[in-house]
Amino acid sequence: MSLDSKVPQGPIKDKWTDYKNHIDLVNPANKRNIDVIVVGTGLAGGSAAATLAELGYNVKVFCFQDSPRRAHSIAAQGGINAAKNYQGDGDSTYRLFYDTVKGGDYRSREANVYRLAEVSANIIDQCVAQGVPFAREYGGLLDNRSFGGVLVSRTFYAAGQTGQQLLLGAYSAMNRQIGRGKIKMYNRHEMLDVVKVDGKARGIITRNLITGEVERHSAHAVVLGTGGYGNVFFLSTNAMGSNVTAGWKAHKKGAYFANPCYTQIHPTCIPVSGDHQSKLTLMSESLRNDGRIWVPKHKKDVEAIKSGALKPRELAEDDRDYYLERRYPAFGNLVPRDVASRAAKERCDAGFGVNATGEAVFLDFASAIQRYGKETAHVKGLDENDAALVKKLGQEVIKNKYGNLFQMYEKIVDQDPYNTPMMIYPAVHYTMGGVWVDYNLMTTVPGLYCIGEANFSDHGANRLGASALMQGLADGYFVLPYTIGDYLSNDIRTGPISTDSKEFEEAEKEVRKQLEFFVTNKGSHSVDYFHKKLGKIMWNKVGMSRNVKGLTEAIAEIKALREEFWKEVKVPGTNEEYNEELAKAGRVADFLELGELFAKDALNREESCGGHFREDSVELDGEQKGEALRNDKDFAYVSAWEYKGEPSDAVLHKEELEFKDIELKQRSYK
Amino acid sequence: MDMNLTLKIWRQKNASDKGSMVDYKVSDISPDMSFLEMLDVLNEQLINNDEEPVAFDHDCREGICGMCSLYINGEAHGPDRGVTTCQLHMRMFKDGDTITIEPFRATAFPVVKDLIVDRSSFDRIQHAGGFISVNTSGNTIDANATPINKADADTAFEAATCIGCGACVASCKNSSAMLFVGAKVSQFALLPQGKVEATDRVLNMVKQMDDEGFGNCTNTGACEVECPKGISLENIARMNREYLAASLKG
Repeated sequence: MSLDSKVPQGPIKDKWTDYKNHIDLVNPANKRNIDVIVVGTGLAGGSAAATLAELGYNVKVFCFQDSPRRAHSIAAQGGINAAKNYQGDGDSTYRLFYDTVKGGDYRSREANVYRLAEVSANIIDQCVAQGVPFAREYGGLLDNRSFGGVLVSRTFYAAGQTGQQLLLGAYSAMNRQIGRGKIKMYNRHEMLDVVKVDGKARGIITRNLITGEVERHSAHAVVLGTGGYGNVFFLSTNAMGSNVTAGWKAHKKGAYFANPCYTQIHPTCIPVSGDHQSKLTLMSESLRNDGRIWVPKHKKDVEAIKSGALKPRELAEDDRDYYLERRYPAFGNLVPRDVASRAAKERCDAGFGVNATGEAVFLDFASAIQRYGKETAHVKGLDENDAALVKKLGQEVIKNKYGNLFQMYEKIVDQDPYNTPMMIYPAVHYTMGGVWVDYNLMTTVPGLYCIGEANFSDHGANRLGASALMQGLADGYFVLPYTIGDYLSNDIRTGPISTDSKEFEEAEKEVRKQLEFFVTNKGSHSVDYFHKKLGKIMWNKVGMSRNVKGLTEAIAEIKALREEFWKEVKVPGTNEEYNEELAKAGRVADFLELGELFAKDALNREESCGGHFREDSVELDGEQKGEALRNDKDFAYVSAWEYKGEPSDAVLHKEELEFKDIELKQRSYK
Repeated sequence: MDMNLTLKIWRQKNASDKGSMVDYKVSDISPDMSFLEMLDVLNEQLINNDEEPVAFDHDCREGICGMCSLYINGEAHGPDRGVTTCQLHMRMFKDGDTITIEPFRATAFPVVKDLIVDRSSFDRIQHAGGFISVNTSGNTIDANATPINKADADTAFEAATCIGCGACVASCKNSSAMLFVGAKVSQFALLPQGKVEATDRVLNMVKQMDDEGFGNCTNTGACEVECPKGISLENIARMNREYLAASLKG
């Protein structure tokens, strides 16, 4: 099957408007006869469900958590971008579009990104109308902050809890529709397969996580808003339950999986403290506005700091290596996430890591505390040379800006970041890859849609800060509800979809077979044993820096681990009860397949772009020596993989990327 | 220094089982572990010994999703302040300690299994009125068309940071949900967008709260102390004012 992105003709700024003017609509009376399933209740799924219900469709919504309000969008900290230009600093739809394509290292689809930038402003209007309490200035208008990789202030925020506030907004919109009976909500239900009838997605199979009951649910279309797959690394900033199962089952039913190797490794996370670690915690990118990143210049000081003989604060300025400022004088500590992460790894690999594991660098607020302290003393007419006073005033300013993050850090690490630099290290945070979708957000399976982080569409090879929330809500509130109508207009006479067909029966049988296998296998190792092993392979060989040897080994090791898993996995208890180990087993089984495809995709892409860094594709000389080298001639395409059984048999389809409105350039942050 | 601990944990097979406390031992617990990572260690041990692991709710493990619960040594989310159970670290305990772990207990939060309770009553209260009736089509006024006083916006935000974990209910001797409901009522009452439906909202949400079997507030303030997000008692007072005003109108 050839890939048709279905991007409309015409100038980029008119595409979406013209397209909306011409797509087929479903009249309100007919919408009442059409059912839509939405899986996942994060920003994308929640907003889509609410809007579809409001338009008049009958919506069934599923989430594995105990309430839709718990989806992991809730944990997003920094903010949401929108081209409002409230600050009058020259922002525009075009500029947001340009920044996003450039930030994504020219590996995203222009038309999708332009549409995203176009609807972004409306998202803010919508959320304010819903009562989302964004930060405001004293005049009562909305406040903005700045994020990495851009030159304007377009980020709207609600302290360090923007994701929470936006998600609760979408949740409240859903609640209104649940109250009206237009949404039927299924909490603690996990989707375990997509059901296709006559080639179209017509339903899903779910397991009730409380009772173990396997259920059939039918609809005229199915929408997946099931998030990213960062947990393939075991340790990530994702929630414990975040998984790839919905997307992977869709893949196995014919949906192509795009760019699995594009992973965002976020530079500022709290380092791993030991083998017991279950997840990693992000410290918002906004901290890099005021924090300076460094390691000692000399190995003897590294050792002294590790042993506790030397306190980081006592090390002289001249003996510190502010390596981002040294390597990237123009952008300094605010280089994009992929660049900052690789630079931290480079220093730690060279033996300059500052904690016991050798995998941490300092993020230091001392100069910001000084700067703010002096400024405040000046404004208040106090003594700018009183060191203790300046420090106190400076700490207060920092507390106002980042208090909740500093508190989080202190609770986890048991050190006071106001008085000693934070220790940070990169961690897996977001996956740009995902299920391939066309301009309508439909997968290669007719009637099966994929939105938010779960799809691959808008961020190319690297996502900019505060753009995930924007994409989730754009897809759910403003894109999918229109584009799905074009498809559903053919279903107004179809009538209810029966679940008594052989297709549903077969899908249910397969699901039951796997559940039954797990609870009767009685192997020798727990699910986590395999998940942790997979995570280690992924992190060491398919992580921040990749090469042919490591990737080839990873493919073989994951395959071997998967075989061992199916022989030796041990799941206690039964299917007919709440059984978290059983739920986890199914998720890890899918991660073990995805992981191999991920490595295969990374091996295929012989270039460095965004979050995908290949050691054999770097600049060899000149000012950019050692930096990532993209290859537009051979790799300006989306890798869309077709399932053929084993991951090693997956077939590559290429969607060539055309850049008509933006010139392809090598990124430089020097 | 690593710790050896005795755990007394509530085990209950399902909603109809009677349930009881069971003792477990865990050893070599690092003070850097989170409380839930300590339970992960216990569960790995149980699985390896062919015993059934302890069921507990958790997801984000960074204090924001509100999924984790647990009543630890008689306190919701344990002995630390301003944290959820997933943010509680083992350095709060010492070697040789006995730790009692129970589910959040309330009539409106029936036990599902072991330490997991059903908090869907919270969702139903939100269905009754926890929203502003605005369509999601985006055809609304510009976000800056209505300036909002910064102090009001900030107070609304503070109320809106409630994570819906239920610690307030578990801590209250009356199992009252008034801090939870008051937080949502306050968020909207403080904003001009929310004023239009204020009357119906407070009446409907309070009615649903009562129907679910939550108790009333007798101002002991335990909820505020145990709330991981520091939601203020003022929200209950504001809800009471809103309720009184709405009742007089109605």
